Amino acid sequence: MADDALTEILDLAKALDVLAPWPRFEVDSNAWTQIGHLLKAGDADMLALWCEPHAVHLALRAPASDACVVSLAISDGSFPSIGQFHPPAIRLERTIHDLYGIVAKGCPDRRPWLDHGAWELQAPLGTRPSAPVRDPADYAFLPVRGQGLHQVPVGPVHAGTIEPGHFRFTANGEMVARVEERLGYTHKGIDALMAGSDIDHAARIAARISGDSTVAYSFAFAHAVESALGVEAPARAQVLRGVMAELERIANHFGDIGAICNDAAFALAHAHCGIFRERVLAVCDRVFGHRLMMGCIVPGGVAADISAENAAEIVAVLDDLTPRFAEIVKLYDDTPSLQDRTCNTGIVGKELVRRWAAGGYVGRASGRDFDARRDIGYPPYAGMSVDAPVLERGDVDARVWVRIREAEASMKLLRGWLAAIPAGPLQTALPAVREPREGCAMIEAFRGDIWFWLRVADGRVERAHARDASVFQWPLLEAAIEDNIIADFPICNKSFNCSYAGHDL
Amino acid sequence: MRTLLLRSLFARPVTIGAPSPEDAALAEVGAALEAQARRLFGRSITIREVDAGSCNGCELEIHALSNAVYDVERFGIRFAASPRHADVLLVTGPVTKNMKVALERTYAATPNPKWVVAVGDCACGCGIFAESYATVGSVEAVLPVDLHIKGCPPRPIELLRGLLALLKSATSG
Ligand code: SF4
Repeated sequence: MADDALTEILDLAKALDVLAPWPRFEVDSNAWTQIGHLLKAGDADMLALWCEPHAVHLALRAPASDACVVSLAISDGSFPSIGQFHPPAIRLERTIHDLYGIVAKGCPDRRPWLDHGAWELQAPLGTRPSAPVRDPADYAFLPVRGQGLHQVPVGPVHAGTIEPGHFRFTANGEMVARVEERLGYTHKGIDALMAGSDIDHAARIAARISGDSTVAYSFAFAHAVESALGVEAPARAQVLRGVMAELERIANHFGDIGAICNDAAFALAHAHCGIFRERVLAVCDRVFGHRLMMGCIVPGGVAADISAENAAEIVAVLDDLTPRFAEIVKLYDDTPSLQDRTCNTGIVGKELVRRWAAGGYVGRASGRDFDARRDIGYPPYAGMSVDAPVLERGDVDARVWVRIREAEASMKLLRGWLAAIPAGPLQTALPAVREPREGCAMIEAFRGDIWFWLRVADGRVERAHARDASVFQWPLLEAAIEDNIIADFPICNKSFNCSYAGHDL
Repeated sequence: MRTLLLRSLFARPVTIGAPSPEDAALAEVGAALEAQARRLFGRSITIREVDAGSCNGCELEIHALSNAVYDVERFGIRFAASPRHADVLLVTGPVTKNMKVALERTYAATPNPKWVVAVGDCACGCGIFAESYATVGSVEAVLPVDLHIKGCPPRPIELLRGLLALLKSATSG
């Protein structure tokens, strides 16, 4: 049914033969608005919404079908807002306005988002008129009225060693009535930096979008370039990419599970998980030459090979960690004081997660059964069974359990690949293509799916856009904390572990 | 659980030995310190970390300093939640324009004597983000920097070397 509605709209639209592996359609503003209604009705997931000076693009996916991109040409500096129907689009439309000066007509929120008034430029990716510097403090937080309410501003510099962002708590005593996020502090203008740079340089930028997902971003970038140019990485490179991606996933899950326990004042689990993470990073350093494996995946293949001894070394680390991790899991399961903090804390409802198409453990802990590794099925995962556990409760505890099961599943995948890495070359040469070609990719990073789109021509990236899983998870954190106490914010926040750098780009 | 606890109690430490402080870092820091200030430190330094716009890679490695393997606290190096308790600001990232004011205010809130350590290629030279409309530049473009620790990101062992050099210069003399 849902599919049909989208198919009907797209049948009337103009199919542009430029994008791979999914189609791109040019629609008129009528069809654009219809798609807004479709998203509102929950008939498709919005994957990304981004802009160029002369067109706005929206990536979407109806259940169990392929993704696609629809584009609307912009003539008078505006387009009909999707956010007026589908709230997940609102922050993206505010971003589009900040970067391009293009207005989403009808968008219920017109406040700036990434632009804090400090760039000395208005719409830096648009027509580039210079603008006076505004006072960053001059920002209208949403009004909250009621008796006994007080506000607590936190950040951008936080108490811990974490990324910068601002939270405005409105509380009644200890109880949080609302928290409003203000992000954009780590905005580095990645889309602008990528535009016009050669493919190698753009790959280096992609690897530095979000340090904890450097493998996933390099993977997504490489995949998008390869799709655009119609090449495939060699079999050996594909398996090595999988190995790196799963090592990144377990390292992050280990670290985060420990950190969540630490926020519940359970330092023992934190200490052990910290060692697990360290063991994984140390073996990555020995094998790939970089602890976070930054720059190890490149368009066309991989930049680092591994020997049979290296593979055995990684397996030895897994052999050592598997039973020790199982003990920590048991400890987590057997400690009521810990569960007292994690169960029923920071609940995100199923409906909200579905509407926002929230990926990763945030989605899967609230009943959204989506994992790009399985559902998009890119190599080396295509045809493999990927365990993607799904729970329904949506609290901190559920997010911990999803991560535990994911880490276990990753270790299984790793063992399988490391036992038989196909022989062969590490890279496929990229063909020289003069005319513009577009590619896109969706890769499951440890925190959820990443969307990457780009246009290449003549060995250069003309335009690129990445969307982190956090974009659709941050707003849900605001919902998760409502009716919890302020003191539980850190543990809720940690269980999400949204990326600031990946969001702010 | 009891066995795990007991084993944790009697296990040998997993920490690695201390690396020798890096010579270049020692020289840079030594020049930056005044004898008067050195006496004030005792044998410990307290660090406030500020992410001024990094990709978070540098933070991950700074975090690792506190794990059981590197365990920086055994050297008297502590992380504080507030700049008001800090001797050292550890700053990462190219300073974004959106973070400039917050960084300056954090510096102003840190009591004297204080030191600024720039961590990572971005903080040391703005790295790959130098060309952006949204970045101010390296940390030096905003604050006086006493020590640079390069790397993208620097490994924890490299961070430790730099910090030990800082500690050594700060507390000798
Ligand atoms: S130096 Fe490297 S790891 Fe550190 S913030 Fe910059 S890009 Fe990220």
